[in-house]
Amino acid sequence: MTTVHIPFLQTGTLAVGGRLLDDAERSVQSHADRPASLTKGHRACQGCAEALAARWVMDTAVEASDGKLVVANATGCLEVFSTLYPESAWKPPWIHSLFANAAAVATGIAASLHAQGRDDVRVLAQGGDGGTVDIGLAAVSGMFERNDDVLYVCYDNQGYMNTGVQRSSATPASARTATTPAVGRTPGQAFGQGKSMVKIAMAHEIPYVASATVADLRDLEHKVRTAMSIRGARYLHVLVPCPVGWGSSSSQSIALSRAAVQSGIFPVVEARAGELTDVQRIRERADVEEYLRPQARFAHLFKPGGEDALERWRALAEANIRRYDLLGERS
Amino acid sequence: MREVLEGSQAVARTVARCRPGVVCAYPISPQTHIVEALSVMARTGELADCEYVNVESEFSAMSVSIGASAGGSRAYTATASQGLLYMAEAVYNAAGMGLPIVMTVANRAVGAPINIWNDHSDAMAMRDSGWLQLFAADNQEAADLHVIAFGAAEELGIPAMVCMDGFVLTHASDVVELPTAAQVDAFLPPYRPTQALDILNPTTIGTMAGPESFTETKYLQHLRFLDAAAVIESWSDRFREAFGREAGGLVVRYDPDTLDRDREAPPASSDDLVVVAMGSVIGTLQAALEPLRAAGIPVRLVGVSSFRPFPGDALRDAIGESRHVMVIDRALELGSGGVLTGCVGRALAGTRSRLHSVVAGLGGRPILEASLQEAVRMALDGELGRLEFLDLKEGGVPTPAAGATEVAR
Repeated sequence: MTTVHIPFLQTGTLAVGGRLLDDAERSVQSHADRPASLTKGHRACQGCAEALAARWVMDTAVEASDGKLVVANATGCLEVFSTLYPESAWKPPWIHSLFANAAAVATGIAASLHAQGRDDVRVLAQGGDGGTVDIGLAAVSGMFERNDDVLYVCYDNQGYMNTGVQRSSATPASARTATTPAVGRTPGQAFGQGKSMVKIAMAHEIPYVASATVADLRDLEHKVRTAMSIRGARYLHVLVPCPVGWGSSSSQSIALSRAAVQSGIFPVVEARAGELTDVQRIRERADVEEYLRPQARFAHLFKPGGEDALERWRALAEANIRRYDLLGERS
Repeated sequence: MREVLEGSQAVARTVARCRPGVVCAYPISPQTHIVEALSVMARTGELADCEYVNVESEFSAMSVSIGASAGGSRAYTATASQGLLYMAEAVYNAAGMGLPIVMTVANRAVGAPINIWNDHSDAMAMRDSGWLQLFAADNQEAADLHVIAFGAAEELGIPAMVCMDGFVLTHASDVVELPTAAQVDAFLPPYRPTQALDILNPTTIGTMAGPESFTETKYLQHLRFLDAAAVIESWSDRFREAFGREAGGLVVRYDPDTLDRDREAPPASSDDLVVVAMGSVIGTLQAALEPLRAAGIPVRLVGVSSFRPFPGDALRDAIGESRHVMVIDRALELGSGGVLTGCVGRALAGTRSRLHSVVAGLGGRPILEASLQEAVRMALDGELGRLEFLDLKEGGVPTPAAGATEVAR
């Protein structure tokens, strides 16, 4: 049978289109026999970066495990839009139990498979930022600490979007949500210390931690492949713009992801055993405004009185650039 | 082989012989000795082909059990009190997904005030979670019930709690005869999950069900639960045939005079006062009622072994012609009465039964034989109210003398 390649052109990115590459270098998505783990017909919103990221993550993981992948999913958008009984958009064996326990359920599956001598079957857990950095943090930390053989993927859309855009501890400072309204003396989410799940994961010194965005899907694919080549607890944090929650155009999810990286707001990194091993450098530096302005949740930053917050955003970007050497000035 | 063993040891060794694939543990008194014993067996190899997972909370203990069961393994965990309530969300979830996990609940009070001692408030808080709840009267039955629980749970696709009184049973040494590994292997079929995460036959487990299907899902769960009574009885019958002793069942009858467990004991007669109880207080009642019977006082004992499903029909049969029932309750439905009494009352609805709820032994208060005997006498003399608290101290909670708190500090 002749193999038909689907031309894959990811517009607006620096990634090389699949059609220009040799077969071995093409993305999983460019193949006609791609797993399509999260298949069509689901109810995700237009422009949902989580649906895009989940398809790439799972297809890559399915391929890397030779089709032997089991998935535990936290409650959240990803679960709700994909599985309203009697329909399911998932092709691999998939379980949803609760909001806070995807990591623990995955541990249970991994323990069960190990007890059965089925270490060839791999386990992936996934959830949103609420299910990971807030309500599910204890279970995620427990899974890390025990170094259970699970790849945990957090799709971070920076809030409780499924319940109507409320604030999570991953919501960025000054962002307007339904519970941090843009009114009063300090509009939006308060400026605090923030909560970096990547740094929390690194502090557990687990074998592999990485962050990625949907602006560079080949990088995302590479990181899933790398994670799947390793045993033990692994963590992947993917920034996934949410047009509904962010108040952005559904056509802007890729561009916003790119602006988050190129402004220094979202560092794309890799770490092994707690040590930073790779950082994606900024290629065309963007101002934080390029990231903030297209999002209605930051609209108050561009009105009188928003100047201070905007300056603090620039300072945050600068701090990241320094901390992770995002401009490559130290090397 | 008959041996003297602590209740927790007896349970742990029996669980190991049921060959769980995954055992999950988070410590809470008075459950600790069970999971400690299992951890030793996991290290020595006595618990073979089993993953022993230490987790960071009871919520994760039940969640790991859910994953393990869905992953195709026989899964076991144990908890008590605050731990059971901390895992509550996952307890309901396991039942809704039909995963036949077996869990020991070392029954303990629920705070505040914090109290580590025995009553049934923890298990009662989970009475509508969709789990089988089997109560042990002594250490022998606590051990044996685990074998029955795995069999019944897996046949039904319903998880099962084996409830044993904390400290009173878990920490008490008694003579027991444990099921041997060979006996259990011959008795329990290998674990065959009704639904599992199988790469060759992928399924989606735990979907969302909207208003158009949720009622029907719950109705089917209800029908399965109705099947459970017969299945529990059948496993208890098989257990008796295989092991030559009684354990479990729905309702336990006792010989009117010897007060020994007796399946053939006649139903109570119209003159009898029937005492209904659950758990280790049954042993105290056997000792307390025997001299009353010898003195010609018409009193009978009926035990509830399966609290969920609640065996209303079997209970009515055992109560027979008697319309005078006293329930010893180890958990309180605030503002109403004993929790068990409520269930007994519903089973007796439509009869003209006089029902007394005697709330006893909350938070580890010892239940004295003399107090039980007095309650029986008062009931027969028409002096016992609808709701009584056994050995309630007059004047409420004792307060320390003035200055005592300063000294303690």
